[in-house]
Amino acid sequence: MGITIRNISKSYKNVKALQDISFNVKKGELFGLIGPDGAGKTTLFRVLTTLLFADQGSATVAEFDVVKDYKSIRNNVGYMPGRFSLYQDLTIEENLEFFATIFGTTIEENYDLIKDIYIQIEPFKNRRAGKLSGGMKQKLALCCALIHKPKVLFLDEPTTGVDPVSRKEFWEMLKRLQLKGITILVSTPYMDEAALCDRIALIQNGKILEIDTPKEIVKHYPKQIYNVKANNMYRLINSLKAYEHNHSVYPFGEYVHYTDSRTDFNTEDLKTYLETKNLSNIYIDKTVATIEDTFMELAK
Amino acid sequence: MRLPLPWEINMNNKKVIQVDRLTKMFGDFTAVSAITFDVEKGEIFGFLGANGAGKTTAIKMLIGISNPTSGKAKVAGFDVFTNAENIKKNIGYMSQKFALYDDLTVRENITFFGGIYGLTRKRIKEKSNALIEELGLKDVANKLVGALPSGWKQKLSFMVSLIHDPKIVFLDEPTGGVDPITRRQFWELIYKAAHNGTTVFVTTHYMDEAEYCDRVSIMVNGKIEALDTPKKLKEQFKVDNMNDVFLKLARG
Repeated sequence: MGITIRNISKSYKNVKALQDISFNVKKGELFGLIGPDGAGKTTLFRVLTTLLFADQGSATVAEFDVVKDYKSIRNNVGYMPGRFSLYQDLTIEENLEFFATIFGTTIEENYDLIKDIYIQIEPFKNRRAGKLSGGMKQKLALCCALIHKPKVLFLDEPTTGVDPVSRKEFWEMLKRLQLKGITILVSTPYMDEAALCDRIALIQNGKILEIDTPKEIVKHYPKQIYNVKANNMYRLINSLKAYEHNHSVYPFGEYVHYTDSRTDFNTEDLKTYLETKNLSNIYIDKTVATIEDTFMELAK
Repeated sequence: MRLPLPWEINMNNKKVIQVDRLTKMFGDFTAVSAITFDVEKGEIFGFLGANGAGKTTAIKMLIGISNPTSGKAKVAGFDVFTNAENIKKNIGYMSQKFALYDDLTVRENITFFGGIYGLTRKRIKEKSNALIEELGLKDVANKLVGALPSGWKQKLSFMVSLIHDPKIVFLDEPTGGVDPITRRQFWELIYKAAHNGTTVFVTTHYMDEAEYCDRVSIMVNGKIEALDTPKKLKEQFKVDNMNDVFLKLARG
């Protein structure tokens, strides 16, 4: 098993950051922890990387116990924290050299593991880390987290603040690392990235809402969702919220995702109602649930 | 509602941002290259681009804190070259970093920012009550802002950026990291502000936020390479989401 987590709880003063969390990550799996800021993602990462003691429960990483075998864990995991934590006034090359030395290895020894990523930033290897763009910092941080050839990689919100092009490249890199047998636990607040994981756990307020593959999770959505659109978005939202039969009303890009509380829902009734609210160009059609819909239904 | 005074009426009354070949050079480097676009009153306008595309430089010119090298721009009716101070009074700004004071209460923060924008005591009081009521913050109005959950802070921060009834509000990645339900509540506030005539100018890296905008522009290497409604952009690039539009443009 890559990671096992058994009934982990952790509180800070009166805030319950993690409440009885249990799940496993298989060896070689790309597992996503999906939830908003404050859900408990970073606390869980800190427990698993031996930087924080849980109040209750137990956990193993690469078969090592997070309390008893903390030294072995530190040698066998790579951790990329959410905040950029490399040395701003060392260059790219110096940072990498530094992390390799700390782990008693050299850049050459594990070069094959980071090569794909490193060649993208190598032209700037004499530039100080503090002067790099967001995308380049992120690639350097990943190289530093990989340089000792870890069995398990922890990535805490690696794509926050990064543009879509760099984000896409980053996920392609993760897929390639996975093929090399590394177990990856990655957290993100962005639901669209969830679809790229083998399995995901939806987490909010320190509790796991659901664990499954991205495909299965959306199948659990209990209702038929409708895309609704009209000539005035603000009035449309207000009208749908005032409709006595609504089950949920959420803006979703150019549409509103609407579910009805009745079993015999007829879209014509809704259309007629919206017309009485002076809306025009009304469009109502079935759509499929996304991970975000599922998250909201579970978190309701 | 009062009638507009004669000098307030002009041909382009509906356009609150007018940008014509606006350019910014740093030495030999052209950070923003002759961008041209208009934004209308009450529009939700998405301003997108990769890291380093020139978005931040462009916005700094529009909010009156950086002088353009050449070109023209009018924001809220004022010229960015000659009247930047008036621009600042007529716009709101919400940073992606939470910018209220954690160790002031909700009410104190509102009073402070109201004061900065020169609102009268009476007006501040009215505004505070209305805003606290609308966000449902009555029970925590006298609590320190630092103790609020991050989603509440973000909604409060948005409302505070509207305290002086600006013509335009600039939002920098407004909903990053917020849970999906709070995010929707946030967008409902944005729709409401736009419905009431405030123009909303949004920059973001997250393409699902772009899908909420009336129109979206995408900057690549200092130039605006695409500008249209999300629907039309998706049709134009024959893809089904804004993320793919962005990838096609930025990757060439």
